[in-house]
Amino acid sequence: MSEVEVPAPLPRPAQPGLGSVLVGVFGGVLAVIRKDLLVEWRARAQVVALLGFAVVVLLLFSFAVGPDSMALARHAGGYLWLALLLSSTLLLARSMQNEVESGALEGLLLVPVPAASIFYGKALANTVLLVLVALVALPVDLAITGAAIVSPGVAVAVVVLGAAGVAAPGTFYAALTARVAGRQLLLPLLLFPLIVPALLGAVKATTLAMTGDPMGQVPSWLTLLLAFDLIYWSLCGLLFEKVVEA
Amino acid sequence: MSSSTPVVQARDLCRRFGRRWAVARVDLDVQPGERLLIIGANGSGKSTLLNMLATLLPITRGSLRLFGRDPVQDRAEVRRRLAIVRHAHGMYEDLSARDNLSVRASLLGRRIDIPRLLEQVRLEDRGDPIRAYSAGMRKRLQLAMLQFEAPDLAMLDEPFSALDPAGCADVEGMIRALPGAVIIVSHQVERAGKLCDRAILMEQGLMRWSGPASQAWEAWRAVQRDDVRTGGGPAGATAAGGAP
Repeated sequence: MSEVEVPAPLPRPAQPGLGSVLVGVFGGVLAVIRKDLLVEWRARAQVVALLGFAVVVLLLFSFAVGPDSMALARHAGGYLWLALLLSSTLLLARSMQNEVESGALEGLLLVPVPAASIFYGKALANTVLLVLVALVALPVDLAITGAAIVSPGVAVAVVVLGAAGVAAPGTFYAALTARVAGRQLLLPLLLFPLIVPALLGAVKATTLAMTGDPMGQVPSWLTLLLAFDLIYWSLCGLLFEKVVEA
Repeated sequence: MSSSTPVVQARDLCRRFGRRWAVARVDLDVQPGERLLIIGANGSGKSTLLNMLATLLPITRGSLRLFGRDPVQDRAEVRRRLAIVRHAHGMYEDLSARDNLSVRASLLGRRIDIPRLLEQVRLEDRGDPIRAYSAGMRKRLQLAMLQFEAPDLAMLDEPFSALDPAGCADVEGMIRALPGAVIIVSHQVERAGKLCDRAILMEQGLMRWSGPASQAWEAWRAVQRDDVRTGGGPAGATAAGGAP
């Protein structure tokens, strides 16, 4: 066995400053968001099907509960988030399947963009799409249950924070399960238990946005939601490279 | 890069999947501008070797330096300088050729003259998703991306598969035009051999022969007749199924 000769390496480029590193990271995030949203736009029939699925789930909840209008209105927040959660598994699995089915993920890994940028780009694009689903599902939910939004600002904040709370771990687990058999089953199995705290916060805050908040509980639930979002986004961003490079 | 720095320097390169050694004890140097052909039967470890050289597959044992650098420690720098065209085309099925090129350019952070590039590969009139493209059209688009990226090391896994003679001629021309070192994995030994300076023959994960690309076909036939015994391969190599 010949001894390993270590040739003179390439001259190391000048250490980039923090500014250029941040520009590279954010440029990568923006490029990935643009790509994911473009793919979804070009395949918008599937997005429309996803919206239809969310509406069908809401209808099924209303049929299951029956004509008890009080019960429907009381649980309107819960129905909305369960519909979003079920729709999210389809959205998240497809988002990563687009990368895996034709080997695009390997191409993505070879571009000079940090893996964290790929994660944040994909997670942000998924957040945007989940907010879009929520924007369609919320009026349907209100119409079916007879509930009303009394604090629109709170409702918007909950939808955005809640969608972010589902999208980050969802993107992470979609990447983790994208190349294994039974991924359709594995993704919800891994995702749902993890996001219980965020789901709880989102449901409670949504319900308070619909029924009013005489006890001033909304800030606490939004803080809980924000705290779990920060945990999900930071941990998943850190671990994403390990998952996709494995 | 110093002119003496090999683009690829692999020593005792091994990759194991479970208990099976897919690649074992491969020593390989590729010089700047060199064109290397990798041949071998199906399952001989060619694509695994290529994926390791492309930093897409971690090595189990041995050492690998690309452009004189450690591909693990300097991954971003190394990856910036290489590109691979694999069986899977690596593009987004729902996007058109134009969209795919535009996405690639924005990910690379570079400007690209998309109409000119599409004209070069005769896809300027195709605005439909690449899901509807033929194998030849997809391959031309892949190579257009490769030309745009102009890497220092281009790797191509079966670039002539599923192509008609005209498509093969197109691909040949595009490979010739690539500026840096090129590694081709192909079963079309004579066609790919004309594009390459040197060839290696893989068999059961081991490098069994290395020599001029013009002699690759005879070497393969000789190995198939079991006339050649580890001429250029590592001494004492064992079958890929066992420990190397």
